[in-house]
Amino acid sequence: MTRRGPTLFNRVSVGVGLGFLYAPIALLVLYSFNASRLVTVWAGFSTRWYQALAEDSQMLDAVWVTLRVGLISATVATVLGCLAAVALTRSGRFPGRALFAGMIYAPLVMPEVILGLSLLLLFVALGVPRGFWTVTVSHATITLCYATVVIQARLASFDLSLEEAAQDLGCTPLMAFVKVTLPSIAPAVAAAWMLAFTLSLDDLVIASFTSGPGATTLPMRLYSQVRLGVNPEINAVSTLLIAVVTVGVAAATLIQRRRTRA
Amino acid sequence: MRRPWLVAALPYAWLAVFFALPFLLVAKLSLSHTVLAIPPYAPQLDLSKGQAGIAAFVHELGVQAYGRLASDRLYLVAYLSSLKLAAVATAILLVVGYPIAYGMSRFGPGARQALLMAVILPFWTSFLIRIYAWIAILKPAGLLNQALGALRLPPAHLLDTDAAVIIGLVYAYLPFMVLPLHAVLERQDERLIEAAEDLGCTPRQAFWRITVPLSLPGIAAGVLLCFIPMVGEFVIPDLLGGSTTLMLGRTIWTEFFADRDWPMASAVAIVLLATLALPIALFQRQQSKVLG
Repeated sequence: MTRRGPTLFNRVSVGVGLGFLYAPIALLVLYSFNASRLVTVWAGFSTRWYQALAEDSQMLDAVWVTLRVGLISATVATVLGCLAAVALTRSGRFPGRALFAGMIYAPLVMPEVILGLSLLLLFVALGVPRGFWTVTVSHATITLCYATVVIQARLASFDLSLEEAAQDLGCTPLMAFVKVTLPSIAPAVAAAWMLAFTLSLDDLVIASFTSGPGATTLPMRLYSQVRLGVNPEINAVSTLLIAVVTVGVAAATLIQRRRTRA
Repeated sequence: MRRPWLVAALPYAWLAVFFALPFLLVAKLSLSHTVLAIPPYAPQLDLSKGQAGIAAFVHELGVQAYGRLASDRLYLVAYLSSLKLAAVATAILLVVGYPIAYGMSRFGPGARQALLMAVILPFWTSFLIRIYAWIAILKPAGLLNQALGALRLPPAHLLDTDAAVIIGLVYAYLPFMVLPLHAVLERQDERLIEAAEDLGCTPRQAFWRITVPLSLPGIAAGVLLCFIPMVGEFVIPDLLGGSTTLMLGRTIWTEFFADRDWPMASAVAIVLLATLALPIALFQRQQSKVLG
């Protein structure tokens, strides 16, 4: 089948679309190197906002909290998501499957404000003091649904007969899963973890509801600064975050591509 | 697997406790009333008194919050404006996103992969930061007005208006519209178009009669994926909208944090949830169909 190449109209719409997506980010990065305090007036190249950032201990604390919340919640979410994906793809009908599937898909589109409010009410009802662990558990709950969908998509196309063959050769079901299935779905598991981690890193609304004293995450800190107006130090943090994410995503893509080729 | 419930048990229990149970609490709280205490609502369920405690608790529940919700016009305005802004933004997204997704699907496999990556990448960078970037562009002395000034055009006052909120919504949700559309368009069999043209369709007719109807599942997925969370959006109206931009997500936030009116925040959340129940159910049916 011969695919028809893109027309001029196709090229222009893709080009304009990408321009629209990237222009604001490019401007933000550019102005993080601005010497002026005014974010929109260019006054020469400078790295002073990065130096200011390195001395901003509140911001650095927030980065540290965010990273720990992200690491723990993404790991919990990936493990639970893996189990949930296996249950949804393998086990056919079990009692309460519809409710289970509903609880997996609903948080994907549910407004964050509602999720945050409901989790907070749970912690209040349980009498748990809010802080690091309540944010972590909340993030694990929401990102678990995303992790499930990513792993489930890969498991759906996995050839079950491979696992059955392993069992015929004497593996227990668990061993067969660990030795045969898991290595084959590993890229999806890694992708699920990355997605969960990024979502946790990025979340403002749920963290604001479920966090307490001493557990201010980076988005919460950024938000309180942004409310006071634009400031070049925020551009500097943002640029660093964008750089980290870009490098991470590019590396993940390259690894995955090399694997599929090999 | 012989004992599937064993695998499902852990995530099932986790979601029951941290997702389903909290919703019951929101429903319960929407029937409570505000008091000056910690936590700032009453009645409290006292299980130590046994049945009498439960009876007293149930007796004190009421629909005052919903009564205030119905009588204050501000909530109605916020409700309608949430639906309106989300609908307008979704319509714009469909019109803007379709040519992009369609254009992408015309490229060769290698280029397509790279373009797909390019559309996904902004999604990985912080939502908050991407909205923040628009403040510097849209504010009165911002980059947009500098550019307009250079072209000798009159300045535009966009920041703190509904228009800015729509720009922000379209910008933030564009990947969520393009990706499902592209997934459907990419798989489309081109021989169908060729057949239509052989039978006398102009390319334009072939597009409207073949390509668009066949991409309907992608359109449905994109529309739901954008519309549902946009109705409850908080960050975008808060940062780009003015004090007159009322949206339900923001209302819940204000009732909760500024006014400390937890029952009211819960009642608004329940109303929002009831409104979104149908689109969410549609979305779930679609997801189950896709993932099997």
